[in-house]
Amino acid sequence: MNNSRRGAAVVLQVFILVVFIGGWEIAARNRWIDPFFFSQPSMFAARAWRWLTEPGFLLGGRTIYHHLLVTMEEMAGGLTLGVAFGVGAGFALGRSPFWSAVFNPYIQVLNALPRLVLAPVFVLLLGIDERSKIALAFSLVFFIVFFNAYRGVREVDRNILNNARMLGASEKQLAWHVLLPSAMTWILSSLHTAVGFALVGAVIGEYMAAAQGLGWIISQAEGNFDAAGVYAGLLILCAVVVVVELGVTWLERRLVSWKVAADYADYADLSV
Amino acid sequence: MPEISLSSIGVTYSGHPALDDVSFEIPRGQFVSVVGPTGSGKSSILNVVAGLLKPTAGQVFSRGSQLTSINRDAAYMFQHDALLPWKTCLENVLLGPILRGKARFQAAKEAHLWLERVGLRGYEDRYPSQLSGGQRKRVAMAQALINRPPILLMDESFSALDVQTRALMEDKLLELWHELRATVLFVTHDLEEAIAMADRVLLLTAGPHARIKADYPIQLPRPRNIAEARFIPGFAEIYEAVWHSLKEEVMTTYEQ
Repeated sequence: MNNSRRGAAVVLQVFILVVFIGGWEIAARNRWIDPFFFSQPSMFAARAWRWLTEPGFLLGGRTIYHHLLVTMEEMAGGLTLGVAFGVGAGFALGRSPFWSAVFNPYIQVLNALPRLVLAPVFVLLLGIDERSKIALAFSLVFFIVFFNAYRGVREVDRNILNNARMLGASEKQLAWHVLLPSAMTWILSSLHTAVGFALVGAVIGEYMAAAQGLGWIISQAEGNFDAAGVYAGLLILCAVVVVVELGVTWLERRLVSWKVAADYADYADLSV
Repeated sequence: MPEISLSSIGVTYSGHPALDDVSFEIPRGQFVSVVGPTGSGKSSILNVVAGLLKPTAGQVFSRGSQLTSINRDAAYMFQHDALLPWKTCLENVLLGPILRGKARFQAAKEAHLWLERVGLRGYEDRYPSQLSGGQRKRVAMAQALINRPPILLMDESFSALDVQTRALMEDKLLELWHELRATVLFVTHDLEEAIAMADRVLLLTAGPHARIKADYPIQLPRPRNIAEARFIPGFAEIYEAVWHSLKEEVMTTYEQ
C-alpha cells in the first residue's frame, strides 16, 4: 500500500468513528433512541473523565485507579500462569506422542467446555477475592497457549531439527535452540488472543461476584440502571485493551525479530 | 582401517524395502560420489552414515566403531535449507562449537573466520531470510565445516543453485576438503558433477531393493577446476561408461 492510499485509509477510519459517535449523540439528544438504555457519548465520556480526574469521585470507597489496578492484576496473574503452564504442557506433550495420546480426550473435553460456566465453581472454591478471577482467566488462557505451543513444537522443520542434531545438539539443547524459537512464533501470535481472554476472565469474574474491579463497577452501574456508568466502564476497558495490545505487539517484535526480518524480506521481494 | 564401512546394510520403510545388502568401505580422505536413479535410496545411505536412520539390517562403522546413534564425527549438508531462521549468520555458524561445549568467545572468533572464508564477511548480522540461495549455502557450508568434521555428508547440497554459483561452491568445497583432509560422501543426480568432484563414483541400481551396481575409480589429476573438468583427457570415457550403466537403471525406474 502506498502512502496516499494509507492516508486515505486513516481519513476514512476517523470518518467512520465520527459518524458513529456523532450519530449516536444526535440520536440520543433528539430522543430517537432512549438515553436511559443507550446513554449518550457526551454523558458517558464525561463520566469516565470525572472518574479519572476527580480524586474525590469514589466508587465503593475507592478511586477508579484502584479498581483498574485490581483488574489488571487479575488479568496479569491469569495470563502469567496460563502462559507458563500452557507452554510447559504444550512442550511436554508435543515432545511425547504417548502422553499426548493419553491426555488427548481430556484436553478435548475441557477445551469444548464453555469455561465461563466454571466461574461459579471458582467462586465456591476460592471465594470472591482476586483468586477466583485469576483462576477463570487462567482457564481461558491456558488452552489457547497450550494448543499453540503444542503445534509449534510438533511442526518444527525436520531438516532444521536434524541439522542441529548433526551439529551436536543434546535433547536439552534442541529444546533451547530449535523447539523454543520455533514454537515462539506460534506462542506469541496466540498471545494476542490470550491477553484478550485474560481480560475477559478477570472482568466476567468480577461481574459475577466481587467487591472491586472494572467488572464490579459495570455490574454496580447496571444494578442502578445507570447506563452512563456501564458505558463509561466499557470505554475504560477499551482503552486498557488498546494499551495491552500495543504492549504485546512490541514484545512480539522484540522476541521474533528474525520473523520481522523475514516478513520484510518477503515484502521487499514483492515490491521489486 | 576404513573411515566409513557399511556391511550388508538393508533399509526398509514401513514394509517397503529401499536398500538391500549394501556394502562398501571408504578410506580416510577419499571423496566419493553416489549416483543413481530417483528413489534408489541415495539419501538413505547418507542418513544411515549420519546415524539419523537406523538400518533394518547390517552394520555401520564410522572410524572403527560401530554406529548406534548420531555420528559425532560427521557433518551433514542437507539438500534443503536447514539453517536456523531465528539465528543470524554468525549465530548459525557458531552453533556447532557452542553445542559441543566451546566458550562463546572462542566460538564467535572461529565463526568470524569461517564466514570470511566462505566470502561472507560483513553478513554476520543478517538473518538467513535476508540472503540469496547461494549465500545461504555458503553459510551452511561454514556451519558444517567449523567443527572440522572428519566426515562430510552432502545430499544434493548444490542442486538448487544456478550454474555459476554452483561452480564456485564446488571449487570452494574441493579447496576446503583438501585443507581439512575430510572424507566426503557426496550424493548428486548430476553425473558430471559426480565425476568431476570425486575420487570414486558409486552407482546404485533402481529401487526398491537398491544395491551397489558398480564402483568406478576416478583417476583424473588434481587439483581440478570443476567448470572445465569435462575437458580433462579421460573424462569423456569415464562419463560414457558410467552414463551407459546409469541409463539402464533410469530406464528400469521409468518402466516401473
